[in-house]
Amino acid sequence: MVFTGGGVLALVIVMALFAPMYVRDPMNMDPFKTLQPPSAAMWFGTDNLGRDVFARTVFGARLSLTVGLMVVASTALSGLLIGVIAGYHRGFDSIIMRVMDGLMSIPTILLAMALVSLAGSGLSILIVAITIPQIPSTARLVRSVVLSVRERPYVEAALCGGARAPKVLWRHILPNTIPALMVQSANICASAILTEAGLSFLGAGVSPEIPSLGNMISSSRLYLGLAPLTVFAPGVWLAVTVLAVNLLGDGLRDLFDPRLKRRR
Amino acid sequence: MGGYVCRRLISAIGVMAVVGVFIFLLLRLVPGDAAAMMAGNNATPQEVAGIREQLGLNEPLTVQFVQWALGILSGNLGSSIFAGLPVLTLVSQRIEPTISLSILTMIVSVTGGICFGIFAAWRAGGFVDRMLTAFSAVGYSVPVFVVGYFLTYCFSLGTRWLPVQGYVSIGQGLAPWFVHLVLPTVALSLSYIAFIARITRASMLEVLSEDYMRTAAAKGASTYAMLFHYALKNAAAPILTVIGLSFAYLIGGVVITETVFNLPGIGRLVVDAINNRDYPVIQGVLILVSGLYVLINLAVDLAYRLVDPRIRY
Repeated sequence: MVFTGGGVLALVIVMALFAPMYVRDPMNMDPFKTLQPPSAAMWFGTDNLGRDVFARTVFGARLSLTVGLMVVASTALSGLLIGVIAGYHRGFDSIIMRVMDGLMSIPTILLAMALVSLAGSGLSILIVAITIPQIPSTARLVRSVVLSVRERPYVEAALCGGARAPKVLWRHILPNTIPALMVQSANICASAILTEAGLSFLGAGVSPEIPSLGNMISSSRLYLGLAPLTVFAPGVWLAVTVLAVNLLGDGLRDLFDPRLKRRR
Repeated sequence: MGGYVCRRLISAIGVMAVVGVFIFLLLRLVPGDAAAMMAGNNATPQEVAGIREQLGLNEPLTVQFVQWALGILSGNLGSSIFAGLPVLTLVSQRIEPTISLSILTMIVSVTGGICFGIFAAWRAGGFVDRMLTAFSAVGYSVPVFVVGYFLTYCFSLGTRWLPVQGYVSIGQGLAPWFVHLVLPTVALSLSYIAFIARITRASMLEVLSEDYMRTAAAKGASTYAMLFHYALKNAAAPILTVIGLSFAYLIGGVVITETVFNLPGIGRLVVDAINNRDYPVIQGVLILVSGLYVLINLAVDLAYRLVDPRIRY
């Protein structure tokens, strides 16, 4: 699973990374060539404004992957910080966890939409808006690992040996959170890509002329019967990307926790 | 039990307080002037000032919060700036499609997911089990709007068996109501069936390997009795948790599904409110939906005891 998922994901990433080198301008409109069927020059045809659907799909995937990776990075960092504080410091634990519970009960997409609508659309705001609802589950996960690890004899030994709390956290506790965090990162990445697509689909993502898989589907949906590829090309691209990320995550989980593999 | 219910209720109230503070601060702390955003680009400074006055943004933060919280406690969620109607009225006008879609989706995904999960666990490694693995990989990865347009393309535009979009109130007849909800329900259910089936399978597998299951088999219990009477009851707690949790995701899915199939529900209300920057509506619906989520999870926690009398609080 690691290889299938990783392989497909690598292909999608490489295609997205080198997009400007091999596709046409995704913004370029041609009013005389709207809703064209696929051809050798334009593999997925053109949309209602005569833009190259293949170029837009590849550029849309670029945006999806950027959002996915940025959200993973920011969620992992903030989740790690909050989780370690909550897990290590009994005093903060209950307060932090109640705040996380509250944050968890606000539906992800509504929260993100409200943030985007108020702060205005833009890539960095989009990333923050998708990150905030993701933090509670990551913080919870890190906290649970920290809670179990800090009772281990080697942590006690380090503390008895005179090591200070920051050093114990850094040397003995943090490394233990990495495997769980890596598996979680794949989940976060998949759900961030889906949330970004959902937000763009609802009109609360990046501005409409910038190609994103979600807003492509949204702007082409009226032409579903005439030119199904304008909807399905970005849709399938999105699904394959998310599937690859999920497979990679499942594979990583089996790698880090072989006990689960036997049971499944 | 009584003590547990009390403690659980208090913690639910605490969570709601956090939600309230968070949603309140959202409007005030986000960069950009909410009043100017709401008024639009062509508004005069007087109009912006008017909206600011109407929202009470000129008062100190604590005063604003107390007023707002007192309003919510007395059942006043504020009024829409755009429509001029109270948020609760707007919500009650739009609640029927959303409730219909949510209930149908829950029925389909809970029955479908549990049955699928039980059969996969019963014949672990068999055909159904491998089907489930493939199905859940797809269910987790394909977003509801892609599934929705795919179904529309196949069953509405292609074969013309089902309506493309729209909603017919249940008051106008059960059959047209149901026909309009088939595709939205199927599209939305896919990922929940996968989600519930995966957990059911894992939970059932654990129970099926218990000693008492072997005893039941040895004394000649039928397959049906073993799976549904002995195993499912013992495997129920995690399944219930997942059903409670999936409600939170359901709301997000409902918003998108309503947009795909053009159902005039709460989801459309929020999307329209967000496009119009009608903040009281966004704020009111967020509070309502989060409150519902907290209540459902409270109910799930209390229901554990019903399905598993061994649980003592």
